[in-house]
Amino acid sequence: MAGEKVKSAKQKRLVNNIIVHIVLAVLAVIWVFPIFWVVLTSFRAEKGSYVSTFFPQNYTLDNYIKLFTDTTLLNFPRMFANTLIIAICSCILSTFYVLAVSYCLSRLKFKLRKPYMNMAMILGLFPGFMSMVAVYFILKALGLSEGGLIRLALILCYSGGAGLGFQIAKGFFDTIPLAIDEAALIDGCTRWQIFWKITLPLSKPVIVYTVLTSFIGPWVDFIFAKVICRANANYYTVAIGLWRMLEKEYIDNWYTCFAAGAVLISIPIAALFMFLQRYYVDGMSGAVKG
Amino acid sequence: MAIIKKRVNEFPTPYTATAAISKGAVETKLSMLVMGLGNIMHKQAVKGLLYLVIEAAYLIFMAVSGIHCLAMLPSLGTVEQEEVWNEALQIYEYTQGDNSVLILLYGVATILITVLMFLFWREALRSAYKAECLDREGKHLNTFREDLRSLLHENVQKLLMTPSLVFIFGLTVLPLIFMICMAFTNYSKMNEHLVLFDWVGLDNFKTLFDSGSIIGSTFWSVLAWTIIWAFFATFSNYIFGMILAIVINRKDTKAKSFWRFCFVLSCAVPSFVSLLIMRTMLQPDGAVNVLLRNLGWIAGDSSLPFFTDPLWARVTVIVINVWVGVPYTLLQLTGVLQNIPGELYEAAKVDGANAVQTFFKITLPYMVYITTPYLIATFTGNVNNFNIIYLLSGGDPVTDLASTAGSTDLLVTWLYKLTIDKQYYNVGAVIGILTFVVLAVVSLVTYRNSKSYKEEGGF
Repeated sequence: MAGEKVKSAKQKRLVNNIIVHIVLAVLAVIWVFPIFWVVLTSFRAEKGSYVSTFFPQNYTLDNYIKLFTDTTLLNFPRMFANTLIIAICSCILSTFYVLAVSYCLSRLKFKLRKPYMNMAMILGLFPGFMSMVAVYFILKALGLSEGGLIRLALILCYSGGAGLGFQIAKGFFDTIPLAIDEAALIDGCTRWQIFWKITLPLSKPVIVYTVLTSFIGPWVDFIFAKVICRANANYYTVAIGLWRMLEKEYIDNWYTCFAAGAVLISIPIAALFMFLQRYYVDGMSGAVKG
Repeated sequence: MAIIKKRVNEFPTPYTATAAISKGAVETKLSMLVMGLGNIMHKQAVKGLLYLVIEAAYLIFMAVSGIHCLAMLPSLGTVEQEEVWNEALQIYEYTQGDNSVLILLYGVATILITVLMFLFWREALRSAYKAECLDREGKHLNTFREDLRSLLHENVQKLLMTPSLVFIFGLTVLPLIFMICMAFTNYSKMNEHLVLFDWVGLDNFKTLFDSGSIIGSTFWSVLAWTIIWAFFATFSNYIFGMILAIVINRKDTKAKSFWRFCFVLSCAVPSFVSLLIMRTMLQPDGAVNVLLRNLGWIAGDSSLPFFTDPLWARVTVIVINVWVGVPYTLLQLTGVLQNIPGELYEAAKVDGANAVQTFFKITLPYMVYITTPYLIATFTGNVNNFNIIYLLSGGDPVTDLASTAGSTDLLVTWLYKLTIDKQYYNVGAVIGILTFVVLAVVSLVTYRNSKSYKEEGGF
């Protein structure tokens, strides 16, 4: 009797497990399917966006080759270079802003601390696009809306508000024990040295997190870039380029190239993300314990 | 609700600007007019000179352009651009008219600079008074070199925060004030007010709240959909992500990291790419319909109206939002789940609780406690979720041709359409302000009432 009960409980668990795994497998397929499909499309030989078969008939590498050699209509290599420059510069600037601001808010007591945090909260509630037009006017008034300075304008846009996104880094710094700072103060460290030589080396996860998120920003934003670049096709970023490939006049010839471009920019970001994933969770929960 | 608490000064100091004015010596009082004089008289020449230079720069700026900018602000310019016949050259020439946008922008910038100057002025007074007091008491006065060095220690926040603050004021606060001002003007393509416009007070708000006008009736339907969307988008993600995290985290689930990898893979692809892909896949002749036809699930010439039927479109964007958002939720909630102390579960097991009871008595309360701020952030993020609507449906389908918004348009995408496509800048600004009001109310009320806020204390 008792043995049977154990057996049936075991069976029940087995059935449960099988169901769980089947459901997970179905869900995983749903989640991976669009990515799989875009990779397939990027190797598809038939042109055009609409095809009658799901799997491509012929496979080719031409889409990738065209992306980098056919520069008359959409100059993808130049867009790539633009985005890389903008991403690197804005990444350096915003990482500095975020870390500096978070350190101050987490570690120092000063008069502007509370007002600053409240201001950040209030500013965060306004829709970002609301001020986009105004930002364009300001950049125009500063003479940054023409020629090569557009790059500088974009860098400023992407890094300018970075100091408001301090929450995660501050939360991380909060978990570093204050006793370490106090010990360093007694040993004669200045606050700057504490920041530079103690807090930062202890905060690798959150630094990686900040660097990567700010690096990815310019690659995936196309709205700000569109408003600021306007018709200056020489300074387009990758995101605008990909967006344009799906516009009516380009879609028939460029659709498969769009897929190729999407795969190309996804690979580095995916690699970074896999690398970051560990830090993403750590950065959220705080790594230095006790 | 005690939102406004009595302010307690945490940083009391005897060296305030009011004290400087009432108790300061002559040179300190004169610092009101000539900034830095007090410092120069009390062995802090460099510091005093710096203040003086700032004051001079401000005065020159005001004399050259500032006063003019301020004077133009009430009228926002009146001179229209005109054609004038030039006799000598026998051509029409255009006279330079006023451009209200620039007048408004420069005016707001001047006001901001003036406020900044006032803060500097107060700082200068304080510093003069401090120098005077310390000098009188025979205490040590910081030399300029020591002042600089203090930037690395006592005043390190000034060094670290200033660059970021400059950019925040220049590129976030200034544009925001500028746009808020626009809500009170008639800057719009409607009635051709794109170059010259005037202050109109609260007229734009009236139009928006008047449900008789086209814009007014659109506003209420868009607002309703925005709130429905934000609610469903937030909670569908949260609940589904939580179930998934719990299922993967279960003791008996094999290959945990493989499953997590499958889901996380999709957030490694930039969201605008995956959204554009989704959009093309769900077109009437897109991959999904082709697949369904090939499988014989729908007739060969029909297609599912993913973005052409209003209700379908709304459900589609919510479902796709689940696809986009669940991996992130999964990542975050996994961390929280793993942090729940195991003893709680052991104790529950000893007490004979079953799985459902453990979930509702332990897992859920713990998760909600930890993730309330995260939920609020997601909710506000969803109200402002521009990308997903703009890239997926573009606000379509448009059911009422007279209105400017489609059935899936949120307040933000409508704002974008109104400002960028239609150039109704004033109405766009009003919508932005109202979005802010909605968000502020929702987040303040929930946040102040949440456990995690009450127990977190001041930090």
